[in-house]
Amino acid sequence: MSSKKIFGGLAIVLDRADINTDEIIPAKYLTEVTKEALTPFILEDLKLDGFDPNGEKLKNATVIITRENFGCGSSREHAPWVFEVNGVHTVIAESYARIFRQNMFNCGMLAIELPKEDIEQILALESAGDIQVNVDLPGQKINASVGSKSLDLDFEISPFDKALVEAGGWVEFADARY
Amino acid sequence: MGKTIAEKIFAAHLRDEPFEGTRVLSLDRVLCHEITTPVAIADLVWRDKDRVYDRDKIKVVIDHVTPSKDSKTAMQAKILRDWAHRHEIPDFFDVGRNGVCHAIFPEKGFIRPGFTVIMGDSHTCTHGAFGAFAAGVGTTDLEVGILKGVCAFREPASIRININGTLPSGVVAKDVILHVISHLGVNGATDRILEFRGPVVEAMSMEARMTLCNMAIEAGGTCGICMPDMTTVNYLWPFIQNEFGTKQAALAEYSKWISDDAARYDKVLDFDVSGLSPQVTFGYKPDCVKPVAEMAGTRVDQVYIGTCTNGRIEDLREAAAVLKGKKVADSVRGIVSPATPKIFSDALEEGIIQIFMDAGFCVTNPTCGACLGMSNGVLAEDEVCASTSNRNFNGRMGKGGMVHLMSPATAAATAVTGSITDARSL
Repeated sequence: MSSKKIFGGLAIVLDRADINTDEIIPAKYLTEVTKEALTPFILEDLKLDGFDPNGEKLKNATVIITRENFGCGSSREHAPWVFEVNGVHTVIAESYARIFRQNMFNCGMLAIELPKEDIEQILALESAGDIQVNVDLPGQKINASVGSKSLDLDFEISPFDKALVEAGGWVEFADARY
Repeated sequence: MGKTIAEKIFAAHLRDEPFEGTRVLSLDRVLCHEITTPVAIADLVWRDKDRVYDRDKIKVVIDHVTPSKDSKTAMQAKILRDWAHRHEIPDFFDVGRNGVCHAIFPEKGFIRPGFTVIMGDSHTCTHGAFGAFAAGVGTTDLEVGILKGVCAFREPASIRININGTLPSGVVAKDVILHVISHLGVNGATDRILEFRGPVVEAMSMEARMTLCNMAIEAGGTCGICMPDMTTVNYLWPFIQNEFGTKQAALAEYSKWISDDAARYDKVLDFDVSGLSPQVTFGYKPDCVKPVAEMAGTRVDQVYIGTCTNGRIEDLREAAAVLKGKKVADSVRGIVSPATPKIFSDALEEGIIQIFMDAGFCVTNPTCGACLGMSNGVLAEDEVCASTSNRNFNGRMGKGGMVHLMSPATAAATAVTGSITDARSL
């Protein structure tokens, strides 16, 4: 079920800590048995001033930039899936809940963790317009830019998680190895 | 150097270390329910890998929405049911025999000290009460678990939580864990295993330990874990007597899964609960916790007693002791879901169901039910629920609804008065 994933692109900022899996995809939609059926319900219940789950900004975004403990709560992989089917293959956060973070890598997607100061720097760009993110996975670098303002940052990723992204996910990795 | 229980379990189950810091473990149990498993099954079929690594180690239940409420949930149940039958999985629990996953699997004796357990459900940490390493995972981990019997984890760093003192009467495991989470914060234990120790935990029943471990994930913990002891042996005895012959022999075997005194911890936290009072949550995060006294009088519309946190027989007894001879307030809907058929049956036999019904509670079949707003008992906009469950996220039980987490006794007292109430004051 994996499709060609593009890391980087136009970002949307979700400037709040502890955004949970119920906010990303409410439980009432967990009755779906395909990823595609989740598409319209992305971030439907997110409580965040100024955020519109039906807005153009989210529709065009392929990157989410956010705060600490992103994806806390449920084990539902529907949370990364609803991002995947909406073309969001990269999340950049101060920190993640463990299961969500692993689910992202298991789906061959990127959950980049950056220190608070780096996130602050990226968010500071936003006043000038929409943030464009470029990801260099082999080099473990990202570039965030708005117009002529540009920021280069390094990120850490465990060799295992990197291998999962490169393999296209855990099923492919495990299938080849075990 | 000493080892923690988690390090011992990891070492004993290490299948592969593909990269530094990544441990691929062999799994003793892969638990499945109908919400997160069907997509894994569909993907395995799509990949032409519709196989299971060991049908005896895979345990399956339909519990989140049961009996099915509509065509979609009927299809989820059907996919799981057909798959379990196709692979002749002996332990599959369907309508009439099904109960909440984290209550029914321990009750059947499926979880043992030293086991590695995964499930596509965040509250899988509950099973750590038995001295097992039990972690919630997503559908892809579940899928690989079903197919290959392995799962990958980072190195197991632990936080030791010592619960010292003596619990006052009317204060229970739920109050303890809410108190601990309020100190840790919702991500205070991320990538950590919470090891619950100390005299208060040693004195707890298995049911109470399950309540403690159940909420480890609410502090971000990978797993909650307790040391196996004679309480563990006594609980498991009906299932292990042929294996061990004597309880002492079982205890001796299980004692190898106890953390060494010299084990290294990421952190050691001491809590003295001698002065603890009943606790309740007040916001949309499980670390927003106050003494009940500070929330007394907060109006509620619904009271929900049940779930993988507090739907066990002890919990129902605790609530029934408060409800006996009393009525649910006119303004409140009381709902109780015994977590398994055995618990329901025991509660019937003990007269507990009658107490609930006389008080005006609606008694449902064993199910996860109202806890996650997928099934019965959904809240309307702006409604408030007093619940014995584990998660109070915004809209958790229905869009616009508010959930206050509390113990069964507090929930029962709240049902009687219609507002948050310390059961000790009734």
